[in-house]
Amino acid sequence: MTLATMMTQTLSTPAPTSTSKAKTKTIEIAGLDFYYGKTKSLKNVSLDVHDKQVTAFIGPSGCGKSTLLRTLNRMYDLYPGQRAEGAILYRGRNILEPGVDVNMLRAKIGMVFQKPTPFPMSIYDNIAFGVRLYENLSRGEMDERVEWALKKAALWTEVKDKLNKSGLSLSGGQQQRLCIARGVAVKPDVLLLDEPTSALDPISTAKIEELISELKGDYTIAIVTHNMQQAARCSDYTAYMYLGELVEFGETDQLFLNPVRKETQDYITGRFG
Amino acid sequence: MVGEHSSKQYDQELEAIRSKVLLMGGMVETQFDEALNCFRVGNTEQADKVIADDHSVNQLEVQLDDACSHLIVRRQPAANDLRTIMATIKVITDLERIGDESSKIARTAKSLHERGMVSFNHYETVRTISRATADMLHDALDAFARLDGRAAVQIIAQDDVIDHEFRTILRSTITFMMEDPRTISSALDVLWVAKAIERIGDHAKNIAEYVIYVVEGRDIRHSKPAALAANGEG
Repeated sequence: MTLATMMTQTLSTPAPTSTSKAKTKTIEIAGLDFYYGKTKSLKNVSLDVHDKQVTAFIGPSGCGKSTLLRTLNRMYDLYPGQRAEGAILYRGRNILEPGVDVNMLRAKIGMVFQKPTPFPMSIYDNIAFGVRLYENLSRGEMDERVEWALKKAALWTEVKDKLNKSGLSLSGGQQQRLCIARGVAVKPDVLLLDEPTSALDPISTAKIEELISELKGDYTIAIVTHNMQQAARCSDYTAYMYLGELVEFGETDQLFLNPVRKETQDYITGRFG
Repeated sequence: MVGEHSSKQYDQELEAIRSKVLLMGGMVETQFDEALNCFRVGNTEQADKVIADDHSVNQLEVQLDDACSHLIVRRQPAANDLRTIMATIKVITDLERIGDESSKIARTAKSLHERGMVSFNHYETVRTISRATADMLHDALDAFARLDGRAAVQIIAQDDVIDHEFRTILRSTITFMMEDPRTISSALDVLWVAKAIERIGDHAKNIAEYVIYVVEGRDIRHSKPAALAANGEG
């Protein structure tokens, strides 16, 4: 029996008791396969990303969690030989179909990477750059938008007096929050965070995590993390992946307290051989 | 059986805690047996030993609580490890209370025999409840050691027998006291002992409930027995 079959059984068992209100699905992934050339690195993955909730992806290196995140806004399109099969329904529409406007998709589904990637320009322009691609704002409107985004990313008070300084002059934690501000500025619907704190110190990490819980009031968030405590702290749902398969997906508290699958338990308790 | 952690040190810390809990369990079991024995035969020296042993049990409780907080802060346990630590913290509280109840029995036994006021067959009155409770405590510790959820379900059911037996003892001692008021003082002592034994049964039941929590992740405290049995079978 393959992991996938067993997984289906796991998922067909009664869903974890949901205490909160009925949630709508922002993204529905169904039977997703992903190939790097001939290598199949996602195998029949199906799960739902709920609206205005944080969904965390955990698993050992090479399990496919970052790959999965990159399919959600078709970031893999930039590389030849990479392709996805199956369906990813974003608000009811399959984004894997050829006719999808990838630029608009990425405006709706923004991404923040592992290493802070500020552009070599001023803090102000780092934020304004993305906005100019999609919207035509007056100077005053743009000022408001930059301030709004920096406030959302909890960076405003630290940079408001040096908006003309280079984004590269900020500390690592500030740079990462700048990247989040840049992602937020285009008013996306979904934010994808790929190990956003792996290069940051504990205080910057805490600020980003705090930010995640603030942002989830307005955005749907998917986060890939190697730090299991981080997943436990800041997500509502957690998916455990191994070797390209989704092993277990459920409410975070339930998954960390009483996982259904032994493989999940072994991983989260540090029994992974 | 769960596998080993990538960190051997983590395994050793968990195992050290586990074996200390079992040691503590063995100590209170002995304490209870000896307390019952001195109640039966009136051995005041043994009663003193039971009371003195309580100190070691208390020390173990403090050490284990400390070991558990250290493990939590160092390892951030999850899933079954977390449930084991949570249950351990609760189990040792129950074990410590069992130690207290055993000392209480020993003290009562001592005073009863020193006053020479044994006017009816005092041990016969509590023989059944003693045996049932000693068995239940032994089984509960055994279930905890082996993480046997099924045995735990059966142990929980035994508590009703003990509670029923206590009510029987209550009625019979009341009868003694009404028939001959001179027995009131000793009958009350017997009643305190029976009550202490009944409480030990409650603590053993708690331990069995924690076993189910560790094994299945279900917290069945304060739930209806019917629901427990139904789930336990499945």
